[in-house]
Formats: sequence, C-alpha cells, structure tokens
Amino acid sequence: MKYVPPGRPGSIVTVLPRYENFIGGKWLEPTAGKYRVDLSPATAAPITEVAESTPQDVELALDAAHAAKDAWGEASATERAAALNKVADAIEANKEMLAVAESWENGKPVRETLNADIPLVVDHFRYFAAAARSEEGRSTEIDKDLIAYHFREPLGVVGQIIPFNFPLLMAAWKLAPALAAGNCSVLKPASPTPWSILKLLEVVEDIVPPGVINVVTGPGAEIGKALAANPRIAKIGFTGETVTGRLIMQYAAQNLIPSTTELGGKSPNIFFSDVMAHDDQFLDKAIEGLVLYAFNKGEVCTAPSRALIQEDIYEEFMARCLARIAAIKQGDPLDTETMIGPQVSAQQLAKISSYVDIGKAEGAEVLIGGKRAMVDGEFADGYFFEPTVLKGHNKMRVFQEEIFGPVLAVTTFTDDADALAIANDTLYGLGAGVWTRDGNRAYRMGRKIQAGRVWTNCYHAYPAGAAFGGYKISGVGRENHRMMLDHYSQTKNLLVSYSTEPLGFF
Amino acid sequence: MTDVSAPERVTATPAARSALAALRAARGGPVMFVQSGGCCAGSTPMCFPDGEFVVGDVDLLLGDIDGSPFYIDRRLDEAWNQTLFILDVEPGPPEDFSLAAGDDLHFVTRSSSCTAPPNP
Repeated sequence: MKYVPPGRPGSIVTVLPRYENFIGGKWLEPTAGKYRVDLSPATAAPITEVAESTPQDVELALDAAHAAKDAWGEASATERAAALNKVADAIEANKEMLAVAESWENGKPVRETLNADIPLVVDHFRYFAAAARSEEGRSTEIDKDLIAYHFREPLGVVGQIIPFNFPLLMAAWKLAPALAAGNCSVLKPASPTPWSILKLLEVVEDIVPPGVINVVTGPGAEIGKALAANPRIAKIGFTGETVTGRLIMQYAAQNLIPSTTELGGKSPNIFFSDVMAHDDQFLDKAIEGLVLYAFNKGEVCTAPSRALIQEDIYEEFMARCLARIAAIKQGDPLDTETMIGPQVSAQQLAKISSYVDIGKAEGAEVLIGGKRAMVDGEFADGYFFEPTVLKGHNKMRVFQEEIFGPVLAVTTFTDDADALAIANDTLYGLGAGVWTRDGNRAYRMGRKIQAGRVWTNCYHAYPAGAAFGGYKISGVGRENHRMMLDHYSQTKNLLVSYSTEPLGFF
Repeated sequence: MTDVSAPERVTATPAARSALAALRAARGGPVMFVQSGGCCAGSTPMCFPDGEFVVGDVDLLLGDIDGSPFYIDRRLDEAWNQTLFILDVEPGPPEDFSLAAGDDLHFVTRSSSCTAPPNP
C-alpha cells in the first residue's frame, strides 16, 4: 500500500505550517524569530518550517531542565518507569503516523519505519523502564561496624545531540536511559531531520513532567556548541562524525564532565565458503545479509559496507547477491513495497556520487549501480542513488572511508587469518558480521575482530539489551543496554560507622 | 601560520576562496578547517572559528587557504592514501558543528588526483 504524504488530504500525518522548540512542556517560538524550511528528500519539496534557534533558546531549555531536575531526580523508580511505559504506549498507539512522518522526512522506506524504527523506539522505552525498576544499590560490610552504602544518583541535566539517520530511534537511545536514570535532557536533533521528533513530542508531551524533555532545533555551529560547551550540563552524548566527536570531548574536558560518543565505522561483513555448502534457507539469509548494506539506503554507522568473501565461492556467491541487489525496488518511501528510498539530503547524494568516482579512479570495478537513480513523476527531484557494488581491495579509499550511502566495497580473502587481517585493517571498530556454518570459527573470528558489535549469522539487528558502541576511533561508551544507567548517573557512597568508639588519634 | 615541510596538499576553488573571504569578513576573524571522517556528515571539511578545535600531535597541517589552516588526523590521512584536497562549496547547510560557507552553502573537499593505491 501507499501512504499519503504528510500534510496532504487523506494523510494520517497532520503538518502545521511551522514548529517551535519544545521547552518546559510548551512550544516556544525561537527568541530570534527565525525559521528554516524542512525538506522531504523524496521530492526535495518543503514539508514545514522549524525553528532556527540561537544560543538564547538553548539557555531557555537549560532553565526549564534545571527547574525540573530536582523533582524528576527524586521521583521514585516506579514513577519514572510508569512515565516511560506511558511514553512507549503512546508511541505504539501512533506507530503508523510516526512511521510515515519519519519516512517522509528522512527518506527511509516505510517498511523499515513500520517494522524496525518505531517498534524499536517503543521497546527501548519499555526496556529502560524495566531497567530502572530492577536497579539495586550495593552495600558492603567493610567491617562489623562500618558499612559502605552505594546509591546511584542522577547527573542532573544532560545534553544530547543526535544524527539524521535514525531520528526517532537515536532520540530514544539517548532519552530513555537518561530519563530512566533520573536526568532531564536538552536534545538537539540533526539539521536535516528536525521534524519527526517534534511529531513524537506531540504524542508524548503531556506524559512526562514539563522540562524533563526539551528539544531545540537549529544549526550545529550555533546551538550545538551552546549546548555541548555549556557549563550547565552534567554530561554530553553525541552521535556523528569524528571531528565534531573530538570537539564534543574537548568541550567535555573543559567542563570536566563525561561524554559518550559514537562516531561511525567501516564495518566488515565476512562470508566463509561454507555458507554455500547447501542451497538452503541459511544461504538465502546470508545473501540477504550481504544486501543489508542497502538498509536505510546505507545511512547507518554500522552499515556492512565492506564485504569480504572467501575466494573459492566469490563468483557464485556474488552472482546470487547481485541478482538480489538488481531486484531492489527503489522509489516512494511511503510505498510499503519500496526497499530503498532517497538519501537524506542533496549533500549526502553528492558525497556518495563523488566516492564512486574516487573508487573508479582508484581502479575499483563497478559491479552494479554507480550513479544517481532516476525515479519518475513526483520523485524526479528526489535524492536517489542506485544500490552500488564496487570490487577492489582494502587499501582503496572506498574501503577505508565511510561513504554513508548504498555503496558496498567487496573483496576476497584466502583463509581465516587473511579475513581477520583485512577486517581489522580499518581505523574504525563499530560493527562487523561473520557468516559461517562452523560455530567454532564464528566464535574465534568474533572474539578477534576489533569491533564493539560482531553480528554472527545475522546483521542489522538492534534489540534493546545488546550493548552497542565502538572500538578504536568509533567512539567511547556504550548504548542500548542497561549499563547506560551507569553512563547517566553518578555513585554516591555513604560510609557509615555504627561504632561509638573514638579513633584515638587526637 | 605554521610552516609545512611538504608542498601544500590542499588548495581551493575560486568559489571556496570567495566564500571563505566573505565568511572571515562576516565573522570578523579567521577560521580553520579540519577534515572529518566517520558517520553522517563524515568525509567533509569542518569549518570552525580559528583555534576552536584543539589541534594535537595526531593532526597534520596540510596547508592553508588564504591564511586559514587546514588539518587532518594523521591516521585518516594515511588511510586515505595522502590524497590531495581541493576545498570547494556546494549548496545546502553544513552539518554537525561546522560553520556555513555562506547563505545555504557548505564547504566540501574533492580529491584532485587519485593515484591507484598499491595492491597489497
């Protein structure tokens, strides 16, 4: 089926002419009164306008968060969990509406937002509601009269800056643990995708107390720094590229606060010969596992963008994969049959295209795709790029740089050691995939690959409860797991003496 | 301005130079560039007020564009086969914390020559 684009007659998504910042439970006009047009990448036509905020708006959001932090921080885990569960219920009840809004603004196909993004958002809030309820402090009997009690206390007000590739899911990954741990948040969405999070806030605005969640939209150069370098935040969380990641850590160092950064990858997806030992469902799954490089049009930090295929199966396995890639349906992101939508912005489209040119100049062979995709009618101006495969070797730039588009770099390997050497020959270490019918080999490879997440006989699954984060320059910290409660709290130790006996020193 | 021992590895198109001059005039001060890698807005040159980004021993000064220094992380530079960069501008706002190159423009880098890397 095809959903009607947001704002048009018959659409399940209503669109206001413009959206303000969400601060202190209210929709507040940006103090400078400026707005910016928000485009759909499918048509390059405007959806609405959003606030083009200034540092003053960040200060207002911080005022609201600080006003709310004591009450929210002192709320019982029961109360906080109840609120998070209500947030999850409200999002679930509006799943289709939010999926359509997210797809139209980001370009990802609605089959993904309906079946992955939004259900994962819902589950993420429930997971952290449960995590908050099941938290226990620890106490230690140092000796019979001296007891160390440990309490987890909120940090207070945190800053969170999220990327454009999963606007709602990344918001959930950041907000759910922060709120579960008793913090208030000031969140800045990415410039290309500020609107869907505002639609989500419309759904949950009456559930959490005013000031607990605050969202300010606008340019990173202005409000990003105003938030990340602000002495009134107690922690900063960021997902994005490496240079801004360093800048975030630099600001955190200057304020002596913690940071969590997730900065991308160039993830290897390794296919051993034995995947072709039988022509069965597992082989079918492995072929899809390679084609998952095109999931979310390749705009995924963990995209399996380097396929390493054992040389003796390369021809046959790749032929099967290329047939599957050729069958990818590209077009209207709101058509449930569509498998790949437009890239998020004209900037991303241009970057992807230039990388394919770089690859060709380096001697890579284009096995399929390689250029902007032309989609008819209303989508003629959309930012579509053909699913592309480049064959080459791991020293090429297209094997080393994150393209952030539907471009797969494929090469071959001889044996386990060769596969491992190629897999680890990268600056990054966020994700990896290993495909084999040999459990021992899968385990050995998984432990040796320098990456925070090694999908084994699967890829692109993001269940709450599986820790996610980078090795090497892919960032510092973990998300998506209850250990996040540690990242968003500080430990209070009460060291209590039950003895009446003086020390005797003075 | 720091000296570079090697020949300059970065240059700029006339459009980028003119955008840079306008940006410096509008800001009333110099800016710096740091080539980025990684996800989302990665692979783009991030433009900051000069000195905003603390450069470390890990960074390499590739050259300067009309007095604005251009840096890259040495590890990225090696992985990217020490390419030559050309600074240019394209339509659309910048991403992450980078300054815009003017009204609805952002800086980009292109590679001036791509020599095939050695096959291992």
